[in-house]
Order: sequence, then structure tokens, then C-alpha cells
Amino acid sequence: MVVIPAFCLNCCSRQLIQQFLGTVLLLYCFRCVRSIIRSVSVDLNNDASLLIDIPDALCERDKVKFTVHTKTTLSSFQKPEFSVPRQHEDFIWLHDTLVETEDYAGLIIPPAPPKPDFEGPREKMHKLGEGEATMTKEEYTKMKQELEAEYLAVFKKTVQVHEIFLQRLSSHPILNKDRNFQIFLEYDQDLSVRRKNAKEMFGGFFKNMVKSADEVLISGVKEVDDFFEQEKTFLLDYYSKIKDSTAKAEKMTRSHKNIADDYIRISATLNITMSFVSLQKVEGRVASDQELKLTELLRYYMRDIQAAKDLLYRRARALADYENSNKALDKARLKSKDIPQAEEHQQQCLQKFDKLSESGKKELTSFKGRRVVAFRKNLIEMAELEIKHAKVRSSIQLYYICFIMCTNELQYAWGICKILCEQI
Amino acid sequence: MADAARDPQQDDTGLLELEDGEDLFPEPGPGPALEESGPASLTTEDLSTNANGPKQASLFDDDPDDLFAEATEEVSLDSPDRDVLLSDGPSPAITPMTPPTSVITPRIGHAHDDMFTHSSFDEIEEEDGGDSFDIHISVSDPEKVGDGMNAYMAYKVTTKTSMSLFKLREFSVRRRFSDFLGLHSKLASKYLHIGYIVPPAPEKSIVGMTKVKVGKEDQSSNEFVEKRRSALERYLMRTVKHPILLKDPDVLQFLESSELPRAVSTQALSSAGLLRMVNKAADAVNKMTIKMNESDAWFEEKQQHFENLDVQLRKLHASVESLVLHRKELSMNMASFAKSAAMLGNSEDHTALSRALSQLAEVEEKIDQLQQDQANADFYFLSELLGDYVRLITAVKGVFDQRMKTWQKWQDSQMMLQKKREAEAKLQFNNKPDKLQQAKDEIKEEIEELEMKVQQGERDFEQISKTIRKEVGRFEKERVKDFKSTVIQYLETLLQTQQQMIKYWEAFLPEAKAIS
Repeated sequence: MVVIPAFCLNCCSRQLIQQFLGTVLLLYCFRCVRSIIRSVSVDLNNDASLLIDIPDALCERDKVKFTVHTKTTLSSFQKPEFSVPRQHEDFIWLHDTLVETEDYAGLIIPPAPPKPDFEGPREKMHKLGEGEATMTKEEYTKMKQELEAEYLAVFKKTVQVHEIFLQRLSSHPILNKDRNFQIFLEYDQDLSVRRKNAKEMFGGFFKNMVKSADEVLISGVKEVDDFFEQEKTFLLDYYSKIKDSTAKAEKMTRSHKNIADDYIRISATLNITMSFVSLQKVEGRVASDQELKLTELLRYYMRDIQAAKDLLYRRARALADYENSNKALDKARLKSKDIPQAEEHQQQCLQKFDKLSESGKKELTSFKGRRVVAFRKNLIEMAELEIKHAKVRSSIQLYYICFIMCTNELQYAWGICKILCEQI
Repeated sequence: MADAARDPQQDDTGLLELEDGEDLFPEPGPGPALEESGPASLTTEDLSTNANGPKQASLFDDDPDDLFAEATEEVSLDSPDRDVLLSDGPSPAITPMTPPTSVITPRIGHAHDDMFTHSSFDEIEEEDGGDSFDIHISVSDPEKVGDGMNAYMAYKVTTKTSMSLFKLREFSVRRRFSDFLGLHSKLASKYLHIGYIVPPAPEKSIVGMTKVKVGKEDQSSNEFVEKRRSALERYLMRTVKHPILLKDPDVLQFLESSELPRAVSTQALSSAGLLRMVNKAADAVNKMTIKMNESDAWFEEKQQHFENLDVQLRKLHASVESLVLHRKELSMNMASFAKSAAMLGNSEDHTALSRALSQLAEVEEKIDQLQQDQANADFYFLSELLGDYVRLITAVKGVFDQRMKTWQKWQDSQMMLQKKREAEAKLQFNNKPDKLQQAKDEIKEEIEELEMKVQQGERDFEQISKTIRKEVGRFEKERVKDFKSTVIQYLETLLQTQQQMIKYWEAFLPEAKAIS
């Protein structure tokens, strides 16, 4: 079995991220991991009246348990600061209830966080366990490291996306007042009972409707508003492009990871581990940085755009309903039957449609702003990280060159390196 | 070897993997030179200054065989033959500097055979007296001669030298691949059995050659020709670096004479080829049956060393090949991402963001090109070097096998001698006087012959042992030099790639910042 000593590599705390498949695997306590996690989105946690974050998480068997921590000045909450444990399914429940709420039809509901996927590390873990007898000590250590790095990356990601989801909600003026949201944050018992009830009530009704959303949007409904016409075209096109870019970015990151793994193997064989190990660590870091900044960014906005498309869809349906109600009214007038009901119905449809249009416009405009800001932040950070990593790599390589060349004049080697590195 | 130069302030936490940036150039004072205190960076976890403290061998405590654990004792760099990297011989006492040696000490494998360790530094070679070694051979201008299945590539072999061994200072000839193979087989038949390590020739490749013959003028056949050209060049250089082989008339003829008799016996499907294969099989069987009483521990140790080296090199070669492949993949993926990002940029309606995205696409494309070039460097430097050495080690092992064969011959003659002596003794007790004298004389002759054979056998064995010692010493020196210089070249290419990448990203950064 894979056993690793039980304290954090960084700060020696004994509270490790525990129990990955029943064995203590990770080498950092959550606090240290936290300091590595970057948020993909804009600093959403700006409004001090409601601050949410996920300071801790446990991984048990297949399930990840998040600790959701809230700090608030709002009187609608019972306490000013509190934490609750939540599972991934609770987040999904929250998302679905929001989507199904009629009142929020004119809002872009933040996309639900994807399910934590530990498949990759799990596979590696199996391989490690199976091959334990046949591998050399070095190989084993190396594979352990690979495993650790991958697990860490998946973990970081999943905590991040769950956190962003909550922060999006907390920063939305309407959604952050949602009753279910409050329950999610505050209710200190298990939510699974509520979840079950919810499922029975809604039964994924709306989800089935959304399936053919694109067709409805693209085809039939005649658009009355230029703004929405443009948005529709833009979003449809942008969605397909960003989906493509996300896929390509994922491939790129995978290649980087492969290279990092190769360096691991090379260093295991070489025994000159210093430079290659460091190189490998840098490569691995580059891969995960790139992933966080670029790939995750793209992935997130892909889902966000889908949410925006859902909004357009709902509005299109409302428009269709309105048109139908008009037709029904005309028919009623013709037959001189049930006119007041038809008029009433038509008024309702019109109101709904107007409400959706108005809030939709607001949402889509702020969505664009949000997107631009997020891209800016992440592109800058990615570029800065790439530069930093390239510099680190160069210095390592430089150092190594000097080392090889002047094995007998180590002092020289160091001096030269320091000078050169300061110039980089 | 002075151990005295141990850094007094060296702590046991010594030896951990370098975390990027942080421990690289630690100063006794605060803050590593490299780290910027930017916004929490991914390396923050490493930045924590108590890293040297808790970040301990404690991690590896439960892993007694772990290299790190061992290495914590071996921190001083002037430890003799454990001196990791590319030590060529006993290194003079080094005074480790102020920064804890922990940082710079690469992981020292305890008694691990190290790629770069000179294993027989106790035999420092004296340079051949006379001409200083100054010869440089280059193989260039591959040209296709003839066409169809009889076509072949002719290469220009240019020699530049100042040695008196040669008539001219600079001259060139045209040779084809089978000429190289012919040279090798002649040298092997002359020198292998007396213990010289003859560098192996590049391998035949029926597939590769056929493509060229058939006339496909595409990327892969060009690559094939280039690969072969560079392999031939390395082969010749290695051959002439050997002081004995350099003086061999076949080598001289190969380099100098404009016409060379066609080496037919190197064809794969010739009778000579079949004979070679049969011999190889016979040798393999023999090897298994010869049980040599090794009286000389040096040889045992060396053989073990080469076995380990062989295993290491093969593994390394495989990993490097996979690295090359992955880097090529990376470059492809980057290119396709770049296109996709460009399209995304076009579709984006916010102008500044759109521009930034297009810039990103450009940067990625340039970097992809860089990665391509890097992959080539990976290949030509590292991968080919390793492949060469895998083959060379096989040649070295072959030489050891030759020694065993020589020993076997000697033992066989000794056994025969023994038998004859016994037969002679038996004859003494035989009662037929007339036949006795004749038989006795015969046996006496045979015994004398055999005695001479035994003496010769012993001499041969000692000679080959001596030669091998010298050869191995020379080989190891060459190997270390070779690896050193190739690794440096390779690292330089890596370095250049990084510098370029820095430039590209630095150019992109203002674009990203300009998004408003």
C-alpha cells in the first residue's frame, strides 16, 4: 500500500489532506495547498457584507467534503461567521433549484461546478500498487511524486470551481438573497433529505427542456430587439469557438504533463537528479499553472456562456409564448369567446417577456464586462508565470552548465551562476 | 581525498530536491536571489523560509533505501568516486561555500553506477607520445547515386589534420554506407580478439534505405539521411580517436584513397552475413557454458559496472525517446491551439480582448516552433548519444567476452597438456620397450608443443587483460568527456529556448495589460 508520512511537507502540520482511497497520500496540509490555489474569476469576494470561501476539504473514498465558510454582516443570517460541511451533490442541488425558480428566469445562473474527477490519480495509484514489487526504489519514489502532483492538481481545481460558484452567487444582487442559498450556507445538518425532496418535486424537468435550446434559438423565433439579435449571434459563435479552444488547451496541458513525466523518468535513471528533477518540477508546475490560468478559464467561460445561452433560450420561449398568446387572443376575439381570459393571459405573457428582456439585457451586459476582466486577469497572470518559469528554468540550466564545466572549481560555478542569474 | 572540507555549518536537512527558484542560490541571509515576492505564486509553498527546517529528511525517514536519506551523509562534494556528475578523476578538495552544500549537492547515489562517474580513475592515461591528437573528420553532402533498387547514398568524408600520419593536411573522398560497414568488419576481425574496443558502425536500416532508393523526397527520408550522416560522422570520429585504430592501414586507406574495393561481405543476405549470424549464435551459447575463475577482482567489478551502465543507458534512451515524441506532440498541440485562439480572438467583440487573444495565438505559435526545434535538439544530442553508447557498451562487453574465450583456449591447452603428461606417465609403466621409445618421443614432442601453446595462451591472456585494462580506462575517459560535452550542448539549446520564450511572453504581457 502506498504510505506516506503524515505531516505537511511545507509547514509540518499533522493535519494532512487525508484519505485518498483509504491511504494517507497527500503531503501538504490544506492550508498550504490553499495558498497555492488561485481563483480563476475576478475577485468576487469584494463585498464584505457576504464573504464566502472554502478553507478546507477532505477527500474520503469517492467523495469530497467541502467546508463552506461564511462571514457576513447581514442580519438575515443567524450568526456573523459560521462553517458547514457540504458535498458536491449539495452544490448541484442548489444550482438546480435556482435554475428551476421561475423568478430567476431572467438571470444568468452561474454554471454548476463539475463533479470532482479523481480518475486520473486513481488509475496511477492502482498502477503504483500493482507495480510496487517490480519497480526500483527510485522509480517508485518518482511515481509517488507524479501521483502526488496530479492529485494535488485535481484537488486544487475542484475546490476552486466550487468556491467560484458560491462566490458568483454571493456577488449577485438578486441571487444572494435566495432562501435556498441561505439554507445552503447556514443549515448545519445534512442537506441530503432536502435534496431528495427537491428531486421528487422537480424531477429534472427544466433540464429536459433545455436540450433543444439551440434549435429554438437559431430557428423560428423572430427577434424584435437588435441587442438580443446581436447577442444571440455572438454567443452561438463564441460558444463553439471557445469550446474548440478549451479542447485544444486541454491537449496542450496534457502534453506538458507528459513531458514532466518524462523528466521524472529520466531523472530517476540518471541519478543526477538535481537539474532534471527541478526541471521536472518546473514543467509540472507550468502544466498546472497553464491549466489553471488558461484552460480552466476557457472551460469556465464555456460553461458560463452556456448559462447565458440558457437565458436567451428562456427569453425566446417567453417570446414564443407571447406570440402564441396573441394568436390565441385573436382567435378568442374572432369567436367572441373567453376574451377576458385570453387578454389576461396575453398580458401575463407580455409582462413576463418584458421582465425577462429587461433583466436579460442587464445580465448579458455585466456578463461581458465580467468576462473581459477575468480574461485580462488570467492572461496577465499566465504570462507572468510563464516568464517566471522560463527564468527559473534558465537559471537551473545555466547553473547546471557551470557545474558540469567547473566541477573542480565549484566556487567559480556558483559565483558565475549567481552573477548570470541576477542578470536574467 | 580530503574530507576535511566539509562545511561545518552543513545541516542534515541538507539534501532535498531543489524547489524551483527558492533554494537555488540560497544565501546565508534572507531571501533567495531569484524569488520575487509577487502575489502568492505557485512557488509560495516553497518560499516559506522555514523550508529548510521542517522540510526534512523526515519525509524519507521511513524509506531507508531512499537515495535522499543516504545522501544526507554524503553531502560534501569532494567525496571520491561517488562524486556524482562528471568527475573525471579524483577531485581536489573543494571548500564548499557559504551557502549550505545542501543546495548544490546533487543527489549522490551511494555506490550507484553513475552515468557520469569515471569508474577507473586509478588508471590515468598518458597521452600517446609523438603527434598530439589533431584530426577532424566530417561527413557531408549526401548524394544519391544511381537509381532504382541499386541506388545508394554517397557521402563526402573530409579529413582535416595536422598529423604526420597523413600525406595531406586536408582531403576528402566519397564513400557509401557499405564502405563504412566494411571498415568496421575489417577492424573488428583484426582487433576485437586481442581486446581492443572497436566502435560499432551505425546500424543498417532496410526500411529507411528503401524509402530513399525508391526516391521519396519527403521529410522522413530527409530525416533518415541526416540521421545516418551524423551517425557516420560520430562513428569515424570515435574510430580515429583510438590511438591504435588510427594507425591501422585500413583506416588510413578508408580516409585517403579515392577508390575502395566494394565491401560485399557486409550485405545482409550474403553468405558472409549468414556466417556472421551463425558465429554470433555460437558465441552466445559458449558464453553461457564458460565458467571462468576470475582471479582478478578488477575484471569482475568492471563487468558488473558495464552491466549496470548498460541497463541505465537503455532505460534512459527509452525515456529520452519518449521525451522527443512528447515534445513533438506538444508542438503540434500548441499549433492547433494557436489557430483556435486566433479564431476565438476574431469572434470576440471586445476589441482590446480580441487583440490580446490574437497576440496570444501568435505567441503560442512561435513557441510551438521553438518546441519543435527543441525536440530536434533533444533528439540529435541526447537520444543519439545514448543510442551510440548502448551499442558501444555492447562492444565493450564483447571485448570482455573475448578475454573469456582467450582464457578458455589457454585452459583447454592446459588440459590437453595435462592429459598428455598423464599419457606419458602411463607409458612409463608400459612394458613394450621398442614401441615405448617411439611413443615416448611422440608424446615428448606433443608435450613440448602443448607446453608452448600453454605458455602462448597464458601470454595471450595476460596481454588481452592488460589491453583491456588500458582500453577500459580510455573508454571511460572518452565517455565522460563525450557525455559532458553533449550534455552541455544540449543544455545550451534548452537555455536558448528558455530565453526566447521569455522574450515572447514579455512581449505579450503589455498586450494583456492593455485590455480594459
